[in-house]
Amino acid sequence: MRLQDIDTPRLRARMRDGGVTLRLSPFTVRVRSDIPHLADDIATMYRDFELVDEREFVDFHVAVLRSPHWLSRLQGRAEFWFDGQRSFTPLPAAQALAMLEWGINWCIAAHAHQYLLIHAAVLERGGRALLMPAPPGSGKSTLCAALAHRGWRLLSDELGLLDMTTGLVHGMARPINLKNASIPLIRAFAPEAVFSASMPNTSKGTVALVRAPQASIQARLTPARPAWVVLPAWRAESPAALMPIERAQAFMGLAEQSFNYDVHGQAGFQALGRLVGSCGCYRFEYSRLDEALTHFDRLAQAAPASAPDPLPEHAR
Amino acid sequence: MSAERRRPLLVRVLLQPAVAVGLSLTDWDLLLRQARRSNLAGKLAEQMERGGWLDSLPEPVRPHLRAALLLSRRQAQMLRREVDLLRRTLAELPGPLILLKGAAYVLGGHAPAPGRMFSDIDLLIPLEQLPRCETTLLVHGWDFDEGLDAYDQRYYRDWMHELPPLHHKRRGTSLDLHHALLPPTARTPLDSRALFDAPRALPGFPGVFELPPEDMLLHSAAHLFHEGELPNGLRDLFDLDALLREFGAIEGFWPRLTARARRIGLTRPLWLALRYTRMLLDTPWPDALLEELGPPPGTLALRLLDACYRRALRPAHDSCRLPGHELAEAALYVRSHWLRMPFGLLARHLLRKAWTRMTATPEVPKVDTP
Repeated sequence: MRLQDIDTPRLRARMRDGGVTLRLSPFTVRVRSDIPHLADDIATMYRDFELVDEREFVDFHVAVLRSPHWLSRLQGRAEFWFDGQRSFTPLPAAQALAMLEWGINWCIAAHAHQYLLIHAAVLERGGRALLMPAPPGSGKSTLCAALAHRGWRLLSDELGLLDMTTGLVHGMARPINLKNASIPLIRAFAPEAVFSASMPNTSKGTVALVRAPQASIQARLTPARPAWVVLPAWRAESPAALMPIERAQAFMGLAEQSFNYDVHGQAGFQALGRLVGSCGCYRFEYSRLDEALTHFDRLAQAAPASAPDPLPEHAR
Repeated sequence: MSAERRRPLLVRVLLQPAVAVGLSLTDWDLLLRQARRSNLAGKLAEQMERGGWLDSLPEPVRPHLRAALLLSRRQAQMLRREVDLLRRTLAELPGPLILLKGAAYVLGGHAPAPGRMFSDIDLLIPLEQLPRCETTLLVHGWDFDEGLDAYDQRYYRDWMHELPPLHHKRRGTSLDLHHALLPPTARTPLDSRALFDAPRALPGFPGVFELPPEDMLLHSAAHLFHEGELPNGLRDLFDLDALLREFGAIEGFWPRLTARARRIGLTRPLWLALRYTRMLLDTPWPDALLEELGPPPGTLALRLLDACYRRALRPAHDSCRLPGHELAEAALYVRSHWLRMPFGLLARHLLRKAWTRMTATPEVPKVDTP
């Protein structure tokens, strides 16, 4: 059964009582909430995702609940709970969807060490994956949302799951998280995109989520092999430019943006070494999306890099 | 219902790891959550690995245990590095630097070590070296939490046995600097100096020591049974269980333990440690031991203590809460302060804390959001 197969009142009731269990492959997440509009938001963002039987194994039990503390309640705040434990500062209930997304990301980042977890946008084209690790403010999500609506398959806009044994990256096709000026920009750029309500005054400004395009959701179980590492940077008025960089620089970009690189020690070092060894590595500056997209199209049309350059001995 | 059936799933499995092989996926779902909330996922994973069951467990369970294994082993590795850096930073102090609790178990290779997760390093130094130690640490990148107000600073410095928690600005490590066993204002007369009697060198870490077995056990017992909040109560009880099993095999340990408890003034916490490890974890120790620790608590006091600790020492997960849990927690909180402070001070402190809790938004752990 998929989420869209339950009607809204039933979904709200189930979320309030036991919670609904979503298959966010490779994870299973049970979400409970007493905030009715969160049920509606989830129904919009995840309508094509499967619901899992109540008796199945669940990786993360989460909840977004109205704050019980009288002062917070008065202010209409909500809290994120991970299995009976409150995390994060309470936020206005209107931001429940953003809080849920951050919360699920946190659960994965803090526990799923079977992967090397990279804070990166991941997209695929022609079987090859593009990884864009970048700190907030670099325009990564904007670029990601644009590419995802122009022929690239979205794996993830925030969280790349690298299987260190196979070298493949997995994504979950969860919604893209857009901030501030990016929201009207992508609305205009991709009128077909499905947006959540805008959530003003979060710690990151105004936030809105964009549902992953249908084709990306349908193909979400298929991982992809990394072919490009691109470190994006948005600069006002700058012409789009894709500049090759040293593999070592791409390596550092990925390591810095990894949630658990330090947990994996040597294995993580070697996995990232193999990854950058088989990728074209670039820095990318841009200010206009149309212009940016031509560069990525050209990248995708070029023949795959032949045998990767040998890595220096110490990096293997 | 037998005692075995009443036990929380997590406790049953940790005491008899072979039980895990027959668990259903629903059981595992619950077991992992109980273990995570009790900070015992690493221990569970180590037990599964040691029993050779890890690869034959249900497929969705394995990644969780492997992740816990990886994380706890990594923590142990980072701990070694951090202690080595601390040792260098504090090399000019006469010392000794004595590691306590988790850090000592891991670096000393003691029974509670495998899979032990921890959030900070506990270090004991002689009181007269405290100011110099503090300054040296501050110079070398350690700092106090920003959120501490003047009241908190004074609370720690006047009435506590440790400084407010320190953390390293770049490495993010946390450090609790102790100078005594328990708060100096404590009701029970204690000889904290005794902890410096016979420290044992930790091989590979010149200048860094651990307590001898009796003192290590007594210190851990004193901490658990003076603590007002027990977020890791069950884990700490499992630590005591592992230490009792390990040290109990040492020739002449038990008489030395009771003698030491009397010498330092810790017969009561030891009595409680023995009672609850046996009651909740079947820990073996000679039955004659209790009588050597002086008169037991009165019947009424004991019933109250039992009622509180039976609740507080269960896995910190909703599925394990017994009726009256909150009352038990509140009672232990007041008891810990009662043990810690003279009455006038206590009343003032609790009032102040209650006021803060009522008026401030609830405290929550801060996490980085991606």
